[in-house]
Amino acid sequence: MQQIRNFSIIAHIDHGKSTLADRLIQRVGLIDERQFHDQLLDTMDIERERGITIKSQTVALPYRADDGTEYELNLIDTPGHVDFSYEVSRALASCEGVLLLVDAAQGVEAQTLGNLYAAMEHNLEIIPVINKIDLPSADIDRVREEIEVELGLDAEHALLCSAKTGAGIDEVFKAIIERIPPPTGTPDKPLTALIFDAQYDQFRGTIVSCRVFDGTVRPGDTIRFMSNGAVYRVEEVGVFRLRLEKRQELSAGEVGYIIAGIKNISDTRVGDTITHHEHPAPEPLRGFKEPKPMVFSSIYPIASDDYQSLAEAMEKYKLNDAALVYQKDSSAALGQGFRCGFLGLLHLEIVQERLEREYNQSIIMTAPSVQYKFFLKNGQELSVDNPHYYPDPGSIQRAEEPYVKISIIIPERYMGAVMKLCVDRRGVNPHFHYPSPGRIEVNFDMPLAEIIYDFYDRLKSVTQGYGSFDYDFIGYRESDLVKVDILVNHEKVDALSLIVHRDNARQRALQICERLKEEIPRQLFKIIIQGAIGGTIIARSTINPYRKDVTAKCYGGDITRKRKLLEKQKEGKKRMKMIGAVEIPQRAFIAVLKSKED
Amino acid sequence: MAHQNAGLYIHVPFCTAKCCYCDFYSVSDLTLCDPWFDALCREIALYRGQFSTFDTVYIGGGTPTVLKPERLDAMLQIVSRHFTIQSDAEITIEANPQDITVEMAHQLVAAGYTRLSLGIQSFDDTVLAFLTRRHTARDGVKAVYTAREAGFKTISIDLVYAVPGQTRAQWHKTLVQAIALAPEHLSCYQLTVKDKTPLQQRVVSGAVVMPDAEMEELFFMDTVSLLASSGYHHYEVSNFARTAELVSRHNQKYWLHAPYLGLGPAAHSFQDAMRWWNVTSVKAYIERLQNGDSAVAGGEKLTHEQLRAERLMLGFRTRCGIEHSFFDRSQKSHAAIRHLAAAGLVRVRNGRVLPTTRGMLVADSMPHLFL
Repeated sequence: MQQIRNFSIIAHIDHGKSTLADRLIQRVGLIDERQFHDQLLDTMDIERERGITIKSQTVALPYRADDGTEYELNLIDTPGHVDFSYEVSRALASCEGVLLLVDAAQGVEAQTLGNLYAAMEHNLEIIPVINKIDLPSADIDRVREEIEVELGLDAEHALLCSAKTGAGIDEVFKAIIERIPPPTGTPDKPLTALIFDAQYDQFRGTIVSCRVFDGTVRPGDTIRFMSNGAVYRVEEVGVFRLRLEKRQELSAGEVGYIIAGIKNISDTRVGDTITHHEHPAPEPLRGFKEPKPMVFSSIYPIASDDYQSLAEAMEKYKLNDAALVYQKDSSAALGQGFRCGFLGLLHLEIVQERLEREYNQSIIMTAPSVQYKFFLKNGQELSVDNPHYYPDPGSIQRAEEPYVKISIIIPERYMGAVMKLCVDRRGVNPHFHYPSPGRIEVNFDMPLAEIIYDFYDRLKSVTQGYGSFDYDFIGYRESDLVKVDILVNHEKVDALSLIVHRDNARQRALQICERLKEEIPRQLFKIIIQGAIGGTIIARSTINPYRKDVTAKCYGGDITRKRKLLEKQKEGKKRMKMIGAVEIPQRAFIAVLKSKED
Repeated sequence: MAHQNAGLYIHVPFCTAKCCYCDFYSVSDLTLCDPWFDALCREIALYRGQFSTFDTVYIGGGTPTVLKPERLDAMLQIVSRHFTIQSDAEITIEANPQDITVEMAHQLVAAGYTRLSLGIQSFDDTVLAFLTRRHTARDGVKAVYTAREAGFKTISIDLVYAVPGQTRAQWHKTLVQAIALAPEHLSCYQLTVKDKTPLQQRVVSGAVVMPDAEMEELFFMDTVSLLASSGYHHYEVSNFARTAELVSRHNQKYWLHAPYLGLGPAAHSFQDAMRWWNVTSVKAYIERLQNGDSAVAGGEKLTHEQLRAERLMLGFRTRCGIEHSFFDRSQKSHAAIRHLAAAGLVRVRNGRVLPTTRGMLVADSMPHLFL
């Protein structure tokens, strides 16, 4: 056990975390130069495209120190976005230390702080690493100062490296061995293993990623999930190289996987403790946070026949993304679906894309909502995250919506633009700090609803990408809320309804009407799109029908070709939803989620 | 189906020159005429006995009149020898105006052709020049007179509109000239940019700008209203007949899923839910038949669904529409018909769903509501 180190890398987006991970993997020889391609751990297409890590991946690095000692270094990769703090916490609970990566040019960012606090909560050894020292704009002295002042860490022992060129990588390995403590734990105590991730394999069932704290688990053992009592017989255990590698056992301090023919997906719950059925541990491990959804939206299959397939996909997906919560939902316009809770808007987008790409689902998502509170005249209190359950306006005494404290760190020159954005989004109670010369931290209290609606995109655009952003829930505050309905040819599209602050209602309704007008192609019939509060129309747009599409000639030689075109178009229409006689493309529902100001 | 009379189409794949907008298959190497004709005779023999009675024959192209009149005469004789042609059959031949000499016209009538389809395209020399046609407006008028004198009872005129640079007034003049000639039948086609044509190149390069959708619609509506007020019956998107009896019986077969046999390169045939087509290349066509093989290059057996899609696709192009009983009783179909009627795109009369003139303009989209 003295030769095991369990660690994680935490960093702000784009400070080079995946590159460093790849470099470590390459250095220990898990993969040769020829096979090496960038960002090995970001296996999902979507992660590569966006350049962010969404899912934690784990890899065991066999490392031989200068004195000849063989070490097993378990690198547990963590997601790098504010929405995924829950995934970070699961990964961190399995570690004894972290590498805190700071970009030598950009310095400490808002998110670095958030991650650092998470690591401190778990009492982890923290090794600051200044990365990208090869950049011409690297300013190591300034970054050291920021580490001292803003993070309160001892910058004297900060490591310097360039994951890109490989400079300083040996020192990183040395520090991992010397500064991160080996795991503690007793192999012959009753088994406690923490589930921090899981994947579903259609042939082998659930592959559980876990960290063993005490005890030993071997193939043939009977294990029990402590939260629900589910019992399975272990088929295989092993560690993560770049692929699964079988082992005789997993013992205290080790990180690896368990396969136990777990076909019932819902049995595996991330955060749960695995123990032996016959000799159970007295109590489960502590320290896992339940994911707390902040943003809500419904998912529907485009074709209602696909509901069953979507239901199965959701179940499998959930296993791999513990942060997603959902329950059944139904809509008059869109049929049966699921109401889902997400950590944030990015999480929502990722769930959507992964369901489509990895699980081949064609889905429609409704406008995201937060959870509102309504206090009724009869004394009842209602929590509503779905506009469908908006109470009768006459019965409402008062309403509240969730507020967050936002923290934005920007170069000073963007101050004006960011202030305007925050005030436009109903931000109040501004505060400013100057963490270092030329940089400013802006705090506002802001309704969460304003943030989930493309705030981050807007911030990036007004700060040309220089703004870093974080937020914390601070409680509920009174608000004047109304429900806006969207009607297409006088038919209410319940999936497009939304609850908004009264002052924003007209503008949002107009925006949606305009967006739909842009996204719904001209059709055979005139289409009238309206936004309404109750019976009052507050916004309207019209799509005129197209007048001509017929081809001039259609004789013997044209018919087959024309029919094939018709069949092809019909295929394309599977991604359309019919509202009355109007075909609404899926992208129209998605476009409504995003505003387009300016 | 089997007892329905069939249509016979023969494709003459030769043109002395190609017009800039045409993507029909043709070659200008007239030395291939003899071996092609030989191959055609072999193909006719191959189909002997496979179709019952033909009540239409249509010689199209290409330009059938690049062939000598004697050959056009021989062609009909061979057809009559191998197939049963009904005595009152409609026998059409396509011709370029400049080919209709007095002699040619008389020989065609004598050979048994009853209907002449003249590719006049326009009575405006500027438009004809743009279309790279090799005849003048005068040639067009003359050809109609000559054909009449020779005894053609049914004359059809092909015209083209929405030509770049053409104004509504110019098109109106061409239409008025056509009406003055009192043809039994008129086909008025909107100029369409086809793939791999010189016209397409000019459009892509920006040298030529096609009229926009709004303009196309105006051309179409002008055409329909002028011809209707002159007594023409608008029976298909691009086709007009002086009386209901004068519609092109042959072309109707395409739109009604009646059986037809297509001979010659690239020709399509249809019978009992089977459709098949010949090789496109003249040389391959000749070679195959010389070797005693069939010229068929491909085919398909239409499923019930596909037949249904085609019925919708073709039916909404024709004035007589689709019988109401054809539509299933689903709520979707009912709602679609109701919506189309409310939008003024169809009318329901005498148990049929009929496209209005505006409906014909969007005939390509209407099937989607039922699929």
